[in-house]
Amino acid sequence: MTNRNISRRTFMKRMGALTAASSLPLSLVELSFADSHKNFMFAYISDAHIQHITGTKFVRNWDRGLIRAVAETNLLQPKPDFIVFGGDLAQLGTRPELDHGAELLSKLNYKTYCVMGEHDYYLDLGEYWSKLFGPQYYSWDHKGVHFIVLNSILTYDEWTHERWPTAEQRMLEMAGLDNPNGSPFMVGEEQRKWLAKDLEKVDKKTPIVLFSHSPIQKIYKGWNFWTEDAEEVQALLKPFNDATVVYGHVHQIQYNQIENISFHAVMATAWPWPYPQSYAQAESNLPKLTVPMNRADPFFERDATGWQFINLKTGRVTMDYNLYNNTNRTVAYNPKTGQPEDVDFQAADKIIPPQIHF
Amino acid sequence: MKKFVFWLILIVCFFGLLGLMASDKPDKAAPLGLPSVSYPENNPQTPEKIALGDKLFNDKRFSDTGQVSCATCHDPAKAFTDSPLKVSEGIQGLTGTRNAPTVINSVYFESMFWDGRSPDLEDQALHPFVNPVEMGLKDHQPILDIVRSDPEYTEAFKTVFGKSGENITMTEVTQAIAAFERTKISGNSPFDRWYYGGETEALTPAQIRGFDLFINEGRCVSCHLIEQTQALFTDNRFHNVGVGINMIQNDIPELASEYIAAKLSAEEVDVKVLSDKRSSELGRFALTTGFDDLGSFKTPTLRNIAATAPYMHDGSVATLRDVVVHYNNGGVTNEGDPVNDFLSGGIRPLNLSDEQIDDLVAFMEALTSPEFADAVKTSEQK
Repeated sequence: MTNRNISRRTFMKRMGALTAASSLPLSLVELSFADSHKNFMFAYISDAHIQHITGTKFVRNWDRGLIRAVAETNLLQPKPDFIVFGGDLAQLGTRPELDHGAELLSKLNYKTYCVMGEHDYYLDLGEYWSKLFGPQYYSWDHKGVHFIVLNSILTYDEWTHERWPTAEQRMLEMAGLDNPNGSPFMVGEEQRKWLAKDLEKVDKKTPIVLFSHSPIQKIYKGWNFWTEDAEEVQALLKPFNDATVVYGHVHQIQYNQIENISFHAVMATAWPWPYPQSYAQAESNLPKLTVPMNRADPFFERDATGWQFINLKTGRVTMDYNLYNNTNRTVAYNPKTGQPEDVDFQAADKIIPPQIHF
Repeated sequence: MKKFVFWLILIVCFFGLLGLMASDKPDKAAPLGLPSVSYPENNPQTPEKIALGDKLFNDKRFSDTGQVSCATCHDPAKAFTDSPLKVSEGIQGLTGTRNAPTVINSVYFESMFWDGRSPDLEDQALHPFVNPVEMGLKDHQPILDIVRSDPEYTEAFKTVFGKSGENITMTEVTQAIAAFERTKISGNSPFDRWYYGGETEALTPAQIRGFDLFINEGRCVSCHLIEQTQALFTDNRFHNVGVGINMIQNDIPELASEYIAAKLSAEEVDVKVLSDKRSSELGRFALTTGFDDLGSFKTPTLRNIAATAPYMHDGSVATLRDVVVHYNNGGVTNEGDPVNDFLSGGIRPLNLSDEQIDDLVAFMEALTSPEFADAVKTSEQK
């Protein structure tokens, strides 16, 4: 704050970076090696956590986050082909929350695909959510890419159906972090069978993009940055040349490469979680590739939240993060290294040090 | 021996502390409450340059009609604004879209204009001359013609820059203006004497309560910074606080598309946003087309704020009390109006009582520097 005497050159450099960061995603650059049919963009909004207080009152902060992401997504140029909402629309899975969330999402000018989150599910086991948004797992093809949505936040039947005296308690137990009463997420046998069958008819050269709420990899169990049967799902994706998993739940930028599968996390519109490695009470497997983003000034409620738009020009995900009170970032698959990388901040000397707030 | 070492450590600590205190002391030039100033290496201050800048600042010939100077909108008697105008008046009574920001303490700003489209005072000074609704020149040539021929100027430019004729360019003109503006440093307000000077009687009880609200419940200090040794009352950042953009909410998709497609330069933005009110309300977005900048404007300093009504980038809020009410409503001027979709995080309803609002206003009235006390009185009479 006291560094006020910045030189003109520094200023112009900052201006340049700013302009580049904010304008880059809005111009779709044609790549000569890309198939033209893959040349499209979609946007990803996730983890709104709409929270009911009473009557018509909802937590304003979470409302504003989703309202802003929706309004900004509607301004995108070129227009995205569709939107994915990545789960946790509600906080405690109630009808008022899901209804209010659906109303805010309905302002999107585009077709919207929805993913189930645990906060949407564990009150009535997805019943009302399904009435609003349809099936919990499904697939579709779009311009040469095969898209899949899974419900990855299921868990053991005993935990779900027998352990809790009320649905409300079940919801609250699953919503807690570091909760010894919690239970790990999983995709489950039924969906894995369906997925195997669904993928049978897909050519191995077709890019596959799978959307789930939890990471289909094992990062940190205490916060359910975890899917118990991750390896079994990964095995189904392994035969494909280009497979990508995009997940919510973690409220932070993460990316990883496991053999042929690229993994990308998306931001929340509600609030940021810390990076697991900052919480040293249990083993964490935060992917080595991940460059944590600079965060967060608690006064600015949107700081360290955001949303993203994605293109698949190369058959892999190029993820542009739209971040508030922060520098926008792009994480893209680097064909030379065979893994996703932060385009600007991957190198050790490019990492932005954490901001200090007095 | 032990005793000796003890005393040695004590003495070293004492002098160390003295040293620290000395290094924290602001320059003689900086009044109470403000940091010392450092000047651009390529534009050092000299008394002659400052005097030349003063003359240029007040010269009405640098406008198309010969009736508007920098000082027209940045009037020293009005704390270097054009209070009580909502938006500035240029040649032939043409109005722009934005409220004239003060020159006072602009030496501390990291960017200029409400949307930060200019990096420094030198660059800033270039634009009003050629803006069609400000001084209205087609280009800078008429200014150069005057300063290259008017005997007073030719002598001054010779003395200050060692230049004459064609060698005098807008670089020298704007350097002199910027040097003059950099002398307009003003602290030493009742707040400064109370907070940094330890004068317990400098503030009234209402002002002290207002200060407490300012840094706590009112949430003001997060953008209008007060630090341990200085208070600029700005974070030099850009925020959408729900002014202006609230009026054009339905037009945003169309306007935003236009600007995203056009990718205007700072010069083009300068002309466009001052002549088109709807474009003006896009704020910094018009320049960067970044979503985070939609409807956002630079945090203004609050020093001498009591002298510069009306308020906000468009002068749309008449009094300091109305400003506090706007924030108390969570970013809408009239309670119940729709909040704009792009409102900056941090702006939310405050639930302050009428008494608390009065106290906050009282606190802001304690930010007037002695040299602008008269400007406040004039402002109150209007």
